[in-house]
Amino acid sequence: MSTLTPDPAAPASIERRGIRLGDLLFKGVALVAAVGVTAVLGFIAYKVFDLAWPAMQKFGLSFIWTEAWNPNTNVYGALTFIYGTLVTAFIALLLATPLSIAIALFLTELAPKRLASPIATMVELLAAIPSVVLGLWGILVFGPWVAQHLEPWLQSWFGFLPIFSGTPSQAGVLPAALVLTIMIIPITSAICRELFSRVPRDLTDGSRALGSTQWEAIRRVAIPYAAPGISAAVLLGLGRAFGEAIAVTQVIGSGNAISRSLFPPGDTLASRIASTYQGASNEIEVQSLLYLGAILLVISLVTNVAAQAIVNKFQKARRMSTG
Amino acid sequence: MSAAEITDPYDITVASNRLGRRRRTEKLVGVLAFLSALVAVALLALVLGTVLFKGVSQLSLDFFTKSSALFGQTGGIADALVGSAIMVGMAALIAVPIAILVAIYIAEYAGPKAASFFRVMLDVLNGVPAIIIGIFIYGILVVGNGQSAVYGAMALAILMIPMVARATQEVLELVPRHLREASLALGVPRWRTVYSIVLPTAIGGILTGVVIAVARVAGETAPLLFTSSIVTTSGVSVDVHQALATLPVRIFTLSESPSPDDQAAAWAAALVLIAFVLVMNVLAKYFAGRKRRSLEGI
Repeated sequence: MSTLTPDPAAPASIERRGIRLGDLLFKGVALVAAVGVTAVLGFIAYKVFDLAWPAMQKFGLSFIWTEAWNPNTNVYGALTFIYGTLVTAFIALLLATPLSIAIALFLTELAPKRLASPIATMVELLAAIPSVVLGLWGILVFGPWVAQHLEPWLQSWFGFLPIFSGTPSQAGVLPAALVLTIMIIPITSAICRELFSRVPRDLTDGSRALGSTQWEAIRRVAIPYAAPGISAAVLLGLGRAFGEAIAVTQVIGSGNAISRSLFPPGDTLASRIASTYQGASNEIEVQSLLYLGAILLVISLVTNVAAQAIVNKFQKARRMSTG
Repeated sequence: MSAAEITDPYDITVASNRLGRRRRTEKLVGVLAFLSALVAVALLALVLGTVLFKGVSQLSLDFFTKSSALFGQTGGIADALVGSAIMVGMAALIAVPIAILVAIYIAEYAGPKAASFFRVMLDVLNGVPAIIIGIFIYGILVVGNGQSAVYGAMALAILMIPMVARATQEVLELVPRHLREASLALGVPRWRTVYSIVLPTAIGGILTGVVIAVARVAGETAPLLFTSSIVTTSGVSVDVHQALATLPVRIFTLSESPSPDDQAAAWAAALVLIAFVLVMNVLAKYFAGRKRRSLEGI
């Protein structure tokens, strides 16, 4: 075993060079993998724009504010879908954010340990349900329930609001937004839980010692401490809501026009691509779908990078404050 | 006294006559937080219960051994099961080694700036919508060549890489420094230290990440629409150069059908998919337990 016991007569540098070569090789391969993955990200952005380019040239930027999708006259625009994407994601966030924060507070501060751990596991499992299964449930069970019970109820109480006007419908913007809510609750609540568990015990204890109740300590100490993280969690949930294609396609019903009411069918950027790609009638319709994809990519990249920036800034500030 | 002063809870000069109200708020918040958690658990129970209830009566041996329905036949999901297994398997084979290498670079070699740069890049890649990944593979490979299971697997692999790499990198950073130092002090080269000391210690955590990523990718539909959804062969096929049927795409098409038979088959297929995902999650918990033991046993 001459390789294991160095020959004292042999120059040490040869041995060391062998080691260096192995290390250099390994480090090189790992670096190539890391750079390669980063390059894929850039390549994705380039390719999606490259694919959408013919449609961009034909329709220009006015594609973004054109409300049309007509394969017969070959007039296409993205406004309906941008509107649908923003509205469904906004409603989902409006519902999911307070719920997620409350769930996280319950699990970290209020629940007894024996209860907290199984509930946390179940909330995590909610995230594990494949979107196509949630969409199946949405289209066959949840959508009909929304049309028969939830929407008539909303209409009878808040019917004066334009968003709750019109005839209830099984497939529409409202059920899509609610399905998205279910999808982002586990994401935002998991991050919030982690944030609350990292709030230094001294701070909340100090607040309690000064006579505040537990809720006051949470509201005045824990939530402000975790606030930047919570906003990043919300942005990550938003990114997920923007990009979800399948479950939304199943429940939103492919509407072609913007409606003030939340009841009739609509469409989001991702769901229009998913529902129309296979049945696209001609090349320019496919290119227009890819244009929608490019818009979606920009929106979700901006959301994600913003979330990352907040997290980074937050972590850096924390590190400095703790020395 | 102005109202602002009275509402200050830290002002000890104010008599505690508001304590009753503060206690009631406290109780109310507790109840609301509990109800929120209950809503999440109830939603999970509702979805799982519905899938189980509607799907279980459709399950039969035929359902697993027959392929998709042709005219006037009752079909099964054999072709979709085989297709999904092939594609997810190939995706894992492509993604796991790359992801582990990326994680090793970040955790073992990169300086703090480079490490944080690659971490952000992985997170951003993780945030790219799955359907965009489908469009990307469609653009570089499917256009001109046609759909195939290999391209579907590549799309799934791109989704897996950031998930596995981030999970791995986080466990690698948990491996105690003194293990590496002890190995290096014995004259073991760095790559050998990573390979025989760091990776085996972290294996539980790495497997947890892989298993969770496999479970998530197995349920992905969007990237497959562009890469492996137009199936031309009938019956069980293992030809990876053709588009193959998969479980999620099958559920998606069945769910959009107005026929009650198709919808029943969709529920049964959903039950199979969810059962797989749940088993993988239990497996992940098991590996996570092993990781804790191996990292604490040192």
